[in-house]
Amino acid sequence: MQRIYITFVFVLLFVAGSSAQSSNKLVAASVARGKIVYLQRCMVCHQADGGGVPKLNAPLDASTAVNGSDVAKLIKYIVKGFADRVEIDGELYSNAMPAAADLTDQQIADVLTFIRSNWSNKAGPVTPLQVKQTRSKLK
Amino acid sequence: MKKVTQFLVFSSLFISMLLANVSTSAQNIKPDADNAGLTLPSGFAALKVADNLGRTRHIVVNKQGAIYAKLERLDNGKGVLVLKDTDGDGRAETKTSFGNFTGTGIAIKGNYLYAASNKEVFKYALNENGDIVDENAAATIVTGLVDKGQHNSKSITLDNAGNIYVNVGAPSNSCQEKDRTKGSMGMMPCPILDSAGGIWQFKVDQLNQSYATGVRYATGLRNVVGLDWNNQLNQLFVTQHGRDMLNNLFPDLYDTTTSAELPSETMYAIRKGDNAGWPYIYYDHVKGKKMMAPEYGGDGVKTVDDKYINPAMAFPAHMAPNGLLFYTGNQFPARYKNGAFIAFHGSWNRSPLPQEGYYVVFVPYENGKPTGKWEVFADGFSGKSVVKNPRDAQHRPCGLAEGPDGSLYISDDVKGTIYRIMYQK
Repeated sequence: MQRIYITFVFVLLFVAGSSAQSSNKLVAASVARGKIVYLQRCMVCHQADGGGVPKLNAPLDASTAVNGSDVAKLIKYIVKGFADRVEIDGELYSNAMPAAADLTDQQIADVLTFIRSNWSNKAGPVTPLQVKQTRSKLK
Repeated sequence: MKKVTQFLVFSSLFISMLLANVSTSAQNIKPDADNAGLTLPSGFAALKVADNLGRTRHIVVNKQGAIYAKLERLDNGKGVLVLKDTDGDGRAETKTSFGNFTGTGIAIKGNYLYAASNKEVFKYALNENGDIVDENAAATIVTGLVDKGQHNSKSITLDNAGNIYVNVGAPSNSCQEKDRTKGSMGMMPCPILDSAGGIWQFKVDQLNQSYATGVRYATGLRNVVGLDWNNQLNQLFVTQHGRDMLNNLFPDLYDTTTSAELPSETMYAIRKGDNAGWPYIYYDHVKGKKMMAPEYGGDGVKTVDDKYINPAMAFPAHMAPNGLLFYTGNQFPARYKNGAFIAFHGSWNRSPLPQEGYYVVFVPYENGKPTGKWEVFADGFSGKSVVKNPRDAQHRPCGLAEGPDGSLYISDDVKGTIYRIMYQK
């Protein structure tokens, strides 16, 4: 009985471990795909170092919003663009962000996962399901 | 006797120092040991007049040598700084401020100082000392100009016939239906041009003028930040920031390298009624042609040869010419007289290539025309040999002014440093 129990625990640990490992692999793959999207669609304004352009384009590196828990807000910025003149971490940026509604749920999840884990950012991944759910609520 | 001689030597030295101060001779001013961190042509030297002033945009120097600097962000609630060198060492000892508005443009003509917010132009009377008579008595001569964030800075210059010229930048990259959005095409005709994307002319002695009372002096100019009245030619010259993002918006037509190198930044000699062609065209200095913009059917090959004016000079893309000044002084060697200095704020739209600009160039003129060549005059503002990302630049040149002794002043809008360049051969 004890032996069965130990085997069971071992199997459980193995499953959990491998799923964590495969989850890490999935995130890494998402980051890699997201980087490609970033280079094509985001880098010109937000720059290779994620630092943006002072007074024109907001930085993504070390940004409170980018690293925050309100992922739906970030998804909305990409799908709908962002034209409000508001201070972001104490600074005004004069260029509006265009909507990138042509990106798929997967691409948006990938690029956000890349942005939220790159440079000094250490926020969690974003899933295509989160993008899909947020998107369905946006007009 | 010895004491008397000492006294005479000392007092004559003192008197000559005083005289030097009065004439503010650049020959007697000691430059910074490192030339303020700048690289300059042989014979030139530099010092920091002031530092950490905030976001100093355009600057002007009065006949007495005091500097007026327009701030992009208020400093203790004030938007115009006055800097004075009270001991003749070339550095500013006193700083005062006035005006509760942010902005870029500032100019002096006759006994008036003009300063622009992002929507208005104000006029202040100066007394015989070049000081503001009454800081609270600003006359609003222009009001209600377009300010939608993007390209909202207003630069100003004046002619000798009672007119002031104000740029109104287009709140748009290329007049797409959806700004900076991939696949969105250009609006035809571009409705922005009615109230922006050009230079407007107003009278200096009328109050509260706006679009209805002003003259659209030139159009088809996306975003002019440098503008100066050339008194030798009696003509307006402007420097335009060319459009961004050819590759991002039209990846099938332009690769990233082409998008980094095009379109040209341009300087135009303007006559009343001119149309420089934005958003329908852009200039390609490699081809020497006006190109049809991709938002309006262009493909990187189609040229346009009708109605739009050609630039007087073209420069590599995205370097952001923020300040223009025709040099009229006698301090610098003769070749600089009546030539143009341009302050390039520095690019952001060239990544993944390294950024460019972040320096002041000189454009020689001969017989009232640019020779077609340009040279880097003052470099080293960024503190980097290569600027990869704009936030790495320590200083960015923005405004230019000429002092009464012919010294060249340069403002930086990152840290608020004012540089003074002198010729000390």
